[in-house]
Amino acid sequence: MMEILSKSALTTIQDRGRFGALKWGVGTAGAMDGLALACGNLLLGNGEDAAAIEIQVLPFEARFDREAEIALTGATCEATIDGKALLPWSSIRVAPGAVLRLGLTRSARWRGARAYVCVAGGIDVPVVLGSRSTQLRGGIGGLEGRALQQGDKLPFGPSNGARRASDGISIVPPAFALPLMLDGLPAVRVLPAAEYRCFKPESQSDLWQRPWKVTPQSDRYGYRLSGPVLEPVAPMELRSHGIVPGVIQVPHGGQPIVQMCDAQPSGGYPKIGTVIEADLWRLGQAPIGSSIRFIETDWDGALHALDEVSRWLSKVARCLDLVEARRVSS
Amino acid sequence: MIVKEPQISLLGTRALLFEAPGETSLTTQRRIWSLAREVETWPEVSEAVPGVNNLLVSFLAPPRTLAPIETRLQSAWDTATPMILQGRTIELPVVYGGEGGPHMADVVAHTGLRPEEIAEIHAGRLYPVYAIGSHPGYCYLGGMDARIATPRRKVPVLKLPGGAVSIGGSQTGVSASAGPSGWNTIGTTSTSFFDATRDPPVLLQPGDSIRFRIVEVVR
Repeated sequence: MMEILSKSALTTIQDRGRFGALKWGVGTAGAMDGLALACGNLLLGNGEDAAAIEIQVLPFEARFDREAEIALTGATCEATIDGKALLPWSSIRVAPGAVLRLGLTRSARWRGARAYVCVAGGIDVPVVLGSRSTQLRGGIGGLEGRALQQGDKLPFGPSNGARRASDGISIVPPAFALPLMLDGLPAVRVLPAAEYRCFKPESQSDLWQRPWKVTPQSDRYGYRLSGPVLEPVAPMELRSHGIVPGVIQVPHGGQPIVQMCDAQPSGGYPKIGTVIEADLWRLGQAPIGSSIRFIETDWDGALHALDEVSRWLSKVARCLDLVEARRVSS
Repeated sequence: MIVKEPQISLLGTRALLFEAPGETSLTTQRRIWSLAREVETWPEVSEAVPGVNNLLVSFLAPPRTLAPIETRLQSAWDTATPMILQGRTIELPVVYGGEGGPHMADVVAHTGLRPEEIAEIHAGRLYPVYAIGSHPGYCYLGGMDARIATPRRKVPVLKLPGGAVSIGGSQTGVSASAGPSGWNTIGTTSTSFFDATRDPPVLLQPGDSIRFRIVEVVR
């Protein structure tokens, strides 16, 4: 069990997401950086459906009441266990009573926006409609369907013991292992959506040619971006239809909103494109105030990107298996 | 936007969107329900979720090539016959205007009607639940009188309370919990539409109907 000691706002329990409940109006929720969560679970030998803590606001502090194996992935932060520095993207065994503290980092080549604290066995909250992810709208999943608060005590699931914490072993963050930049800015690939051709040619080219700033009104629901006004050839009123995380809607004001993990599962604003599934983690780590670029892709390009991510994850898993095998044999 | 031919478009690699042709109608929606029943049995499909005269098809894993599923979707639509669902009707008491209807003035400005007229037109019809979406338990309703149609807001409202009765374009609906919305809220009601511990977790399903009853029109 771990107890939350800090007052960190916007900290939630997330797993890879809730799939199959769209028919009830329930969106996917899930980790904004699914790749960081997957790496944390790999480091600990957890199943890929294990839940972790997603942290957006630092500092974060928690105490472990018993010996535990934990992993820290995602955004770069100053992490310590009882004052001793913790390697980013690594796992460690903590002693009973140990205090984990995550603070803001002063300098980092890559900052990110969300850190993940994973524990062996996963955070054990009830599975609601197929997932442990917190869905704030409707108040389901996670701990009582809400963000975590100071004093919350989180139980762990049974650890299958498949992998011991490997002190000193660290995963190269995917921001470095799978970089995607354009003109010095982080980029994400986009598949044009139904109304792409209903926008003026100059708006279509602005989408690809101009930087887009992540405004302070950006959260787990959606990223409101600012940049040139995207203008449709003629005003559009669409019938409400299903949407998924990644869809870039353009309301009448002309400033795009990228739907993120807590997004509504349906909408009616014109859709200029969709950030591909393989690149959603990049956006999930784009800090407020930073700028991003969109790169046009097609179906084959989007599938290739998904394959690249799963190949990389398999490689990470193989490396960790190798480390484990050497530990066992030595 | 009304299309002449069925349209299939991409929502990234996670899903496809099928848009039925023609003006929005209950008959088309009944064909969409029928299409959904068929498509959700396909092995590569995770969910087939009706929208308003359209269908979202989400994938368990994206198919390597798109053409085959597009062709099957098109032919399944061509042969889909309207599915009549025998649903329930529930009545929702609504306070129109005032604090619970902050955008009544915008609907008044757009339609040129008085709040009382808007409430009477709005409460004067039986609304079939076309689809569930937007947020847990939310119902998209068909059949709103075109006289009170009002475009969605230029900038979405960040926090609209649960129970908000609102108009977005030619559609109307009731929010099931607090959250952001781009629709114009004209009134408020208090009913619980969603409970994750129930099976199913939603109060209303496609094929059910809602009737609004005017409690009061606040000016």
